[in-house]
Amino acid sequence: MKHDFNELKLDRVTRRFAGAGGNAFAALNELSLTIRRGEFIALLGPSGCGKSTALNCIAGLLPLSSGTIHLDAERIDPLPPERRGFGMVFQNYALFPHMSVARNVGFGLRMRGVPAAEIDKRVAHALSVVQLVGQAHKLPGQLSGGQQQRVAIARAIVIEPPLILMDEPLSNLDAKLRIETRAEIRRIHRDLGRSTVYVTHDQDEALSLADRIVVMKDGVVQQIDTPQRVYGQPSNLHVARFMGYRNVFPMSIEREQGDRVALSGPDFPLTGTRMLPLTDGKAMVAIRPDDFVVGEPADGLNAISAKVDLVEYAGRESLVDLVTASGLRLIVRTAEPVAAGAIVHVHAPVERTLVYPAE
Amino acid sequence: MDATLAPRAPFDRTLLLVVPAALFMLLLFVYPFLYGLLLSFEPPQGGWLANYQKFFTTDNLWSTIWTTLRLALPATLVNVGLALPIAFKMRQKSRYQRVVTTILVVPITLGTVLIAEGMLTYFGPKGWLAQTLQFLHVYEGSIRLTHNYWGVLISLVISGFPFAFLLILSYITGIDPVLARAAATLGADRRAQFRHVYLPLLAPGLAMCFCLSFVQAFSVFPSAVLLGSPAGPTRVISIAAYEAAFEQYDYSLASAIAMIMGAVQLVIVALALGVRNLFYRGPVTGGKG
Repeated sequence: MKHDFNELKLDRVTRRFAGAGGNAFAALNELSLTIRRGEFIALLGPSGCGKSTALNCIAGLLPLSSGTIHLDAERIDPLPPERRGFGMVFQNYALFPHMSVARNVGFGLRMRGVPAAEIDKRVAHALSVVQLVGQAHKLPGQLSGGQQQRVAIARAIVIEPPLILMDEPLSNLDAKLRIETRAEIRRIHRDLGRSTVYVTHDQDEALSLADRIVVMKDGVVQQIDTPQRVYGQPSNLHVARFMGYRNVFPMSIEREQGDRVALSGPDFPLTGTRMLPLTDGKAMVAIRPDDFVVGEPADGLNAISAKVDLVEYAGRESLVDLVTASGLRLIVRTAEPVAAGAIVHVHAPVERTLVYPAE
Repeated sequence: MDATLAPRAPFDRTLLLVVPAALFMLLLFVYPFLYGLLLSFEPPQGGWLANYQKFFTTDNLWSTIWTTLRLALPATLVNVGLALPIAFKMRQKSRYQRVVTTILVVPITLGTVLIAEGMLTYFGPKGWLAQTLQFLHVYEGSIRLTHNYWGVLISLVISGFPFAFLLILSYITGIDPVLARAAATLGADRRAQFRHVYLPLLAPGLAMCFCLSFVQAFSVFPSAVLLGSPAGPTRVISIAAYEAAFEQYDYSLASAIAMIMGAVQLVIVALALGVRNLFYRGPVTGGKG
């Protein structure tokens, strides 16, 4: 088993399951991805999108239906999990309940026949990395959820795996602990530099942790990009919706000039940025609630006036529900004080008004 | 605060639901047991321990303990030992699980006497097994699997196995399979997964299963009479008690034998539970579900 590699290459990895009525459906469809050494990759998508299936395929816990996985020159997809040597962190921790923290962490080393003295040393070091010194003798049941997940992380990193796989490791933790443990994972990745594949349905987690994000839907990759690009330039409407573009509505195309598109609708005209080639006269516009600005635009473009329907207080800012004259609902995030029932003027910058082909 | 001043908790009327079961236990178990215990100390002749003296000094009485143990211990070990690997194989839900479980459990529905009847015609000297083996020229000699030690042992396995299997299956399916997957990613092959994850988590269940199977086998009676040689090698302790009670009409001695039978069972069960205490006995999942 290797401790290091240059790249892990997934080539059209597919996993089919028997569905209802004997029809096989592809939980994961032709995932091709090259993970470079030291990279932090997040697999992001709603439940059932195939992200966990992909992770289990990499780990060897699920056989592939087709496709190959290469670790540098070695083809690893026929290998059982115990011969791949990837560290894995499970959603529900999966700590061995009958072993102490130290024995849990040392399990992988014992399986590798590492001498006892070295096991003790490496376990102690791994526990210090996850800040659990002094808990070594406890049973997992005596620890809090956050501590248990840190033991699981220590258990995965102590074997010095070439790749660490994490399956929604934070989703069983409460909000505060989730943020703390997220920072912990980020710090451990920075200190150890281990390549990591991280499965999550939470865009904030993916954005804050990953070097690259793989957005998936229905087993198919939608976009593989940096967090900045996935957030700012979603490759299609699915990704846009998933990344928090909550205002998605149809408009008519008036004309295109470069990547600028002039659009018209019943209430207001808009000028947007084309994200994909447009075909017929219809298009979909996607705007993030926080990209709206309350007030008149300096350039006179994309001004919208609408009535405030609901104000949802969210601390420093408010989420405001607007209704236009034709009944279109818009969600705007703003720090400006607005009152329900008032008419407000908002505008969206042209480069933050994304235009996609009509569905 | 003074405890006497604490408001008394109102009487919980649902507690009354316990009454029928408690009465049942009292009348049908505790009372007969105590009655038998006292009766065993009131022999027709001699001091209050005369029955126990007689049991341990009469050759065809005290030896029944060993005769019974010689049947019950191997039968229990075979049952638990066979049930463990089969239940382990059956742990994952599959379309075979239900079929195999049903087939394996059928003997429970038959009862000891029916099993004994079936075994007599199947395993007997002129039974189907002997005839088939001779027809196929596999084994020409005579087959003696009934009316001896082996007949009783086989019947104890047939009637005891389903019970052990169901019990162990329920223990195994309670163990979160993600633990084995975690072990696999840490380098444990199937053997190591079984040895380091399943076995230690199952150990308390296996000890419990051993106890229940053993108690069941130790009180063997019908098959020892029907399939064994009740005068000789399968003269188990319950036969001795039966003879004392219904052939010699010495209820007092019979009670003493029953008490000794219970004491032997208690000793073995205590040993098994003592071993159980050496193992981890907490929840068998690896974290939050």
